[in-house]
Amino acid sequence: MADMIKGNVAIAEAAVRAGVQFYAGYPITPSTEIMEYLSGRLPELGRSFVQAESEVSGINMVMGAAACGFRALTASSGPGISLKQEGISCISDEELACVVINVVRYGNGLGTLYSSQCDYFRETRGGGNGDYRCIVLTPESIQEAVDLMAPAFELAEKYRIVTVFMTEGALGQMMEPCVLPDFIEPERHSWALNGKYTYKKIGIFDRNSMTEAVALNEKHALIKENEQRWESGHVEDADYVFVAYGLPGRSVKGAVKELRKEGHKVGFIRPITTWPFPENGFKEVNQNVKGFITVEASATGQLVDDVALTAKRVFRERNVPAWSLCCVYGVPSLKFTKDGFARIMNNELKEAY
Amino acid sequence: MAKERKVPALIDNPMSFCAGCGHGIVIRLVAECIEELNQQDNIIFPIGVGCSSLLGGGMVADRLHCPHGRAASVATGMKRVTPDTTIITYQGDGDAYNIGISESLNAAYRNENITVITINNTNFGMTGGQMSWTSLPDQKTTTSPKGRDSGATGLPFRFPEMVAGQFDVAYAARGTVTSPKNVNKLKKYIKNGLEAQINGEGYSIIEVLSPCPTNWGLNPVKAMEQIEEQLIPYYPLGVFKNRKEKQDA
Repeated sequence: MADMIKGNVAIAEAAVRAGVQFYAGYPITPSTEIMEYLSGRLPELGRSFVQAESEVSGINMVMGAAACGFRALTASSGPGISLKQEGISCISDEELACVVINVVRYGNGLGTLYSSQCDYFRETRGGGNGDYRCIVLTPESIQEAVDLMAPAFELAEKYRIVTVFMTEGALGQMMEPCVLPDFIEPERHSWALNGKYTYKKIGIFDRNSMTEAVALNEKHALIKENEQRWESGHVEDADYVFVAYGLPGRSVKGAVKELRKEGHKVGFIRPITTWPFPENGFKEVNQNVKGFITVEASATGQLVDDVALTAKRVFRERNVPAWSLCCVYGVPSLKFTKDGFARIMNNELKEAY
Repeated sequence: MAKERKVPALIDNPMSFCAGCGHGIVIRLVAECIEELNQQDNIIFPIGVGCSSLLGGGMVADRLHCPHGRAASVATGMKRVTPDTTIITYQGDGDAYNIGISESLNAAYRNENITVITINNTNFGMTGGQMSWTSLPDQKTTTSPKGRDSGATGLPFRFPEMVAGQFDVAYAARGTVTSPKNVNKLKKYIKNGLEAQINGEGYSIIEVLSPCPTNWGLNPVKAMEQIEEQLIPYYPLGVFKNRKEKQDA
């Protein structure tokens, strides 16, 4: 029988088991348990933990550790991740590998403490200045989160990119049974700075942005081709397909089950990577599908943009409408999703696209 | 008998500093100290943004260009995962003392076992000579065209004295490059800073008063005289926290 464990603690221990050698960060609700746990756990294993003076400093410490070829981690929430964007952009630019956990809370500016998905646009679009993306993982459960932690680092290292591990306040704070992964001992990256100048890094003034742009696009194309992850159900004969990730994604699966029982031909796609967006999951959908419906914890509907763009690419010959059911914050109930579906069926809710 | 002065192997390429700039002298001293301490295969430079960035083009060594002002934090991450590697930040006053004052002070506050070398030329050199927190009262810069008004912009501060006085650091000193005598003294400071790190004594800072003839609007000789006449009276040379004091404490 798996043990009950709190989301943030489970994720922190999974990071330890994935070989995280260094953590630096700053306290912020609802992510703080991650750093609290690691402040004791990492030194116990002879690894390093630094409580940084600021979010900005924390991400830059991560940059230093990552540059030296070790698995480095930081965690925060909405406003804290805003402050880290300078570092995330620079880490991306230097093609270093690290994992950044965003335990998303609702709101602009300082925001609130409610669980949410309102940072979708920022995380899936890179987030900082410039022309880059991060791989974004969005687990639906504590078990999936701990199982994704080692892959988060493997993906970051394989493509020399930042992996954003986007959870939600509720996932960080809740408890559920979970089997933790085994310990692994990753090797120091071959492209690490080791003091011996074995990796001939080019200085910033000798770089060529035109050739780098070609390589960047090739890298992004390769990630899109190889790394899309999603879960789907009942999409082959579906008239309507729900698209939702994280905790709303998990909730929607229950709603689909009930709606199916009630005779509605509905299916679901639950993106596990929200970048790269799981376009391949849409290719399995009934060619005569009547629409996509996102269920998301934001006010304005963000995921729906990617769904509409993906539908445009997959169903080139016709416009498949996309609706969004936005619960603003929290985890949508089955009733929320079912009521929203009923409103769409009754033409009470206008499509977003 | 004259001593042979070979170019340290760490310095491979010509650097693009202005004529009369002090950076080149300091970089040479740093490279000489690294070789004399046998650290040439054990060295990483987190480099600041500004004229200090030009170090990256000249050194044949591991180096990383840090976000503006964050070199002390990047250095912290590097040092914590590779404690036996010598980590030297190379920054200017704008980088380390304006935008990076938080990171700079906090690294000193933790007594992080790194060496910080800050080139203080009392202005933002790379962007064309704007006022920095070390610009002297009444100093004319492109953002203090009538001379720095200290009443409105604050008084220039002395970072090595500050951390030596307030924090538990290993070594803090200020040198300059205006004469062979001062250059030799500065080299001793740099070597002490590096030795402090290698011995695990903690944070070391060496600030260097350095001429910026281009932005000061002076020829190289006059710029050196400016340091002697204007800067040193405000920014005294010397050691503010000695390694021995740390060891005795």
